[in-house]
Order: sequence, then C-alpha cells, then structure tokens
Amino acid sequence: MSVHAPILVIAIPLLGGFAVPILARIHRTVRDLWVVLIACVVAAGVGYVAAQVFSQGIWVYVLGAKTPQETRVSAGFPIRIMLTVDAMSAFMGLIAGILALAAFPFAVRFIPEEEGKTLALALGLLLLAGIAGMAYTGDLFNFFVFLEVTSIAACGLIGFRTWTSRAPEAAFKTMLLYSVSGLLFLLGIAFLYGEYGALNLAYISAQLRGSMVDRIALALFLSGLLMKVAAAPVHFWAPDAYGEAPAAKTLLLVVNTQVSLYGLWRILFTLYGGKLDAGVGWLVISMGLLTMAVAALMAIGQTDLGRLVAYGAVSQIGYMLLGVGVGLVSLTSRADYGLVAMKGGIFHMLNDALTVGLLFLCVGAVEWVKGTRDLRELGGLGHQLPAVALCFLLASLALAGIPPLNGFASKIMIYEGSFRLSPILTALAVLASILLLAVFARAFQGVFLGPRTEITGRIHWVFLFSMGVLAVGIMVLGLVPGFFVEQVVAPAAEALWRGRALYLAAILGG
Amino acid sequence: MIGNLPFVVCMILVALGLWTLVVKRNLVKLVIGVGLIESGVNLFLVALGYVQGGIPPIYTYAPADAPMVLPTPQALTLTSIVIGVATTALMLAFAVVIYRHKGTLDARKIRELRG
Repeated sequence: MSVHAPILVIAIPLLGGFAVPILARIHRTVRDLWVVLIACVVAAGVGYVAAQVFSQGIWVYVLGAKTPQETRVSAGFPIRIMLTVDAMSAFMGLIAGILALAAFPFAVRFIPEEEGKTLALALGLLLLAGIAGMAYTGDLFNFFVFLEVTSIAACGLIGFRTWTSRAPEAAFKTMLLYSVSGLLFLLGIAFLYGEYGALNLAYISAQLRGSMVDRIALALFLSGLLMKVAAAPVHFWAPDAYGEAPAAKTLLLVVNTQVSLYGLWRILFTLYGGKLDAGVGWLVISMGLLTMAVAALMAIGQTDLGRLVAYGAVSQIGYMLLGVGVGLVSLTSRADYGLVAMKGGIFHMLNDALTVGLLFLCVGAVEWVKGTRDLRELGGLGHQLPAVALCFLLASLALAGIPPLNGFASKIMIYEGSFRLSPILTALAVLASILLLAVFARAFQGVFLGPRTEITGRIHWVFLFSMGVLAVGIMVLGLVPGFFVEQVVAPAAEALWRGRALYLAAILGG
Repeated sequence: MIGNLPFVVCMILVALGLWTLVVKRNLVKLVIGVGLIESGVNLFLVALGYVQGGIPPIYTYAPADAPMVLPTPQALTLTSIVIGVATTALMLAFAVVIYRHKGTLDARKIRELRG
C-alpha cells in the first residue's frame, strides 16, 4: 500500500467525496464520521509522503508502470502520467493536510443540515482531491485537469447557498475568473505541446529553448495563475468568494489559492528555471507589492467581518509573491539573500494557511453565535467567547507579523532578503503590515470588546478543537521556527532554487 | 497548403472571447465569451494534432511507413470539452439563480458585493 501513497492521497478524497451522498442515506452520523475519517487519512497520507520525500529525495510515482524509464518511447520522452513529489510538492501537501484536519471537523458541526450539508461536505472532499493532485502531479495537462477540478468544486462551495442573493453572485464572478484562468493555462500548455510534443513537465523543461513560443506560453501561464491566486488587479473575486463560502470551507479555498501559487513557482522555477530574464522576477515582485497594498487599503473600509478577513488573506498572497519574486530576480546570480527571501515566502505559505484559517474559523464562530457578521452590529463577544477572542487576537497579531508569532518568523526572512535587493520593497511591505495591524486591531475591538450583548447560539467543542489545532500551530511555529525552517522549509526552497536538475534527473534519468 | 491559417483562426476566436468578457455586461453573454475562448483553445489543440495524410494510430493493419497521428491532442481536447461543459453549466446555473433573485442579468445592476 505504502508505495502507492502519492496516488492514494488523491484517490481517497475523490472516491470518498462521491461516497458521501450514499453514506448520508444510511445515516448522518456515518457520513460525518466518514468525512472526518477521510480528512484524517489524507492528512496521514501527505504526512507519510512528506516524511519519505524529506528523507529520501524526490518520489516519482508512475501510473501504469514501475519506473519512468519503462515508459520512455524511442523519441526519448516518457508517455505516462507521473506524479513527481519533490520537497516543495510535499510541503504543499502538508499545508493541505493540516488545513483539512481543521476544516472538516469544523464543517461537520458548522453547516446546517437543511442547507445541503451532504453536498457541501462532498464538494469539500473533491476540492481536497484536486488540491492534492495539483500539488503532486508532474504532468502539465494533469495539472490543468486538477486545476479545473478545484475550480468547479470551489465555485460549488461558494455558491451552494442559492437562497441568498449574494452567494450566487460571488460564485458567478469567481467561476468566470477561474474558467478564463484555466483556459489561458491550457492555451499555454497547447503552445508548449505544439513545440515539444510532450506534456511531461520535466521533459519539456529539459527541452526548453527559450524561443518566442516559450515566451508566449510563459505569459499565458503567468496570467492564468496570477488570476487564480488573486494577485491585484484581478483580486476582486477573492473577497467575494472567501466572504460568501461557509467559513469552514473558506479554509479550503485559501489552500486552493496557495496551491495555484505553488503551480506558479513550479512553472517559474522548474519549467522555466534559469531561462528567465530578471524582468519576470520584477513583475512578480511588483504584483506582490500591489496586491499587499491594495488589499490592506481595501480592508480598511470593510463593514463585514468576513470580507475584512478576506482582504487580509489576499494581502498575505502579496508577501509570498514578494519573497519568491526576490528569489527569482537573484536566481541567475545565486545571491544568498534570494534564498533567504524564498524561504521566507515559502514558509509564509504555511503560516498564512494557519493564521488566515484560524481567522476564518473565528469569523464562522462569531456568525454561529450572533447570526451576523456585520461589524456595526457586533460587539462585546469577548465576555461570552473568551477562547474565540483569544484565537482571533492571536491570529491577527500573527497576520500582522508581530513577534513571537509565526507571521513574524516568515516575514522577517522576506524583509531580510528583499532589503538586500532594495530597501524600498521592505519599507512598503512593513507599511502594509502596520496597516493590517491597525485594521485587525479595530476589528478585534469592534467585535470582542465593549458592553456584553445577547447571543443566540452556543459554541460547540469541535469548533474549539479545530481552532486549537491551528492556534497551537501558530504558536509552535512562532516560538521555535528554526526547527521547521531547517527540516521542512529549507528543503522546499532548495527544491525550487537548486533542485531543477534533480527534478529532471528523477524523470529522465542520468 | 493552408499553413498557419487554422492557428490564426483559433487565436481570433480566443481574442473575440476575451473582447466579449471585457465589453459585454449581460451574464449570459459573458458565459458565451468563455465558450468562445474555450472553442478557440480546443480548435487549437485539434489543429496541433493534424498530420498531413496521417492514419489512425492503430498498429493492426497499418501500412509499415504511414505517418500516424499522435492521439494525445484528441484526448486532451475531449477532456477539455468535458470540463468546458461542466463549467459552462455551472455558470449558467448561477446566472439563472441570480436572475431569480435580482430580476436582471445586467452585470452593472447586480453588484451587491463591491469594495
């Protein structure tokens, strides 16, 4: 069994998702337990894959053959679909696993039965399958298929509350953006296929000449994926989507955004690695700065707690783009500060998943007890919900990068790296962080402080469990970041920074 | 020989689709725009797989030196068509729901979520 772990991580949530409606016919408790079980199995699976990859190097899983060499045709390229899990893929899988552990138990309690809970849980598992597929695949077309799986499942989750007027609107907008981004990506694949006649990422990467066609394809990949990661100026779908999806499922949307970001790194570093001009790096950096600035400014005027947190989430994407962009600019010169910034950017993906995830769970809990997320109507919840208030405070501080929390640990690395490239970048990034701190401090004060108000619901212990998982993660990563950076983040960053040759060798041999 | 003409036509289709998305305000027309891009991409994939005088890639009864068509682009196109059907159906479904709520399909009038 264990040799098939990479494909099982994709197959189990996929089949498990389709089994959910059947199990719901038997008994609701069976269905709930099943969903939590699948989430646990997936988390264990990604953990196992990650442990293997970190200790033994790249894991190539060939569908329908034992080794990549067996599938080689006379022209020299492998013809089967391959899952190629290197340290970066394994890291992305870990993020998905951790958030699945927090999201599914929460969702089981959070989504009311009459609101189509069965289908929402099924869609959540399908989304998880798509995310795992995107993280592990080593085939461009396969990546596109999983991209579309996540798009459809995500938009289903955003818009399934069709009796409200806002959810379908958000879902339509998001679906439009996702479709266009997916099609641009597919067009990019078509260009590369037309030139090299293959779809395997490693093979194309080895053949890539940097011709005009390759550049057009790169532009298509970039525009498609930047749309999907909600980089400004095409960020506008994200607050709608994050705001309208049920809070427990928003966690998965956040991972979905991050796995698209991972796809972007894969394209930039592994597919085009070393053949890019610094201009692309600067483009990524400027998109990052624009995203963090626009999102932080937009967060100020929000009156809906969900949308406010959503803008916070979008702004964090900017930091990751900045960190990895700095790495991209210095990729050819191999300056060590580039690697520091990249480690920061990649570490920030994990930290952002935890902090933003926790914030969305807090939003869900607030909505659960008050029935509203309007900041003008909320207040004084700290009296009844001290644990939620504490979690919200913790996550807000982590999001703004206050020591000793995890957001600080990764942001300091991004600042350090970007400062060596240009102090202006760092100044802008710090400024956006301060702005976010102000916004979230105001939100915390508005929601949790003040005179006691009536609440209509009670917090279930499962909510606190899910929030606890993420809160413990935030504190542990903040207090002892060194261990995780050494063991997990550094190999992931190295896999992009220097690992291209290894990635190609794992598939193509020699 | 028709040279690069098929590719040009595909790109025109994609461009028309993108133009539709930018200019049009009716939700159904936006979906049609996405459909146009999709058709352009699918035709592009099919055009890529075209081999002059090619035969189906079935080894039984095939002449020894006949050029075979690589089946991958067709397989890609089929997959992409299936995905396209799903996304189009989903978007149209959302458009129907939006119409029920707001009584209009004009994107300028249904902006409840902004800022």
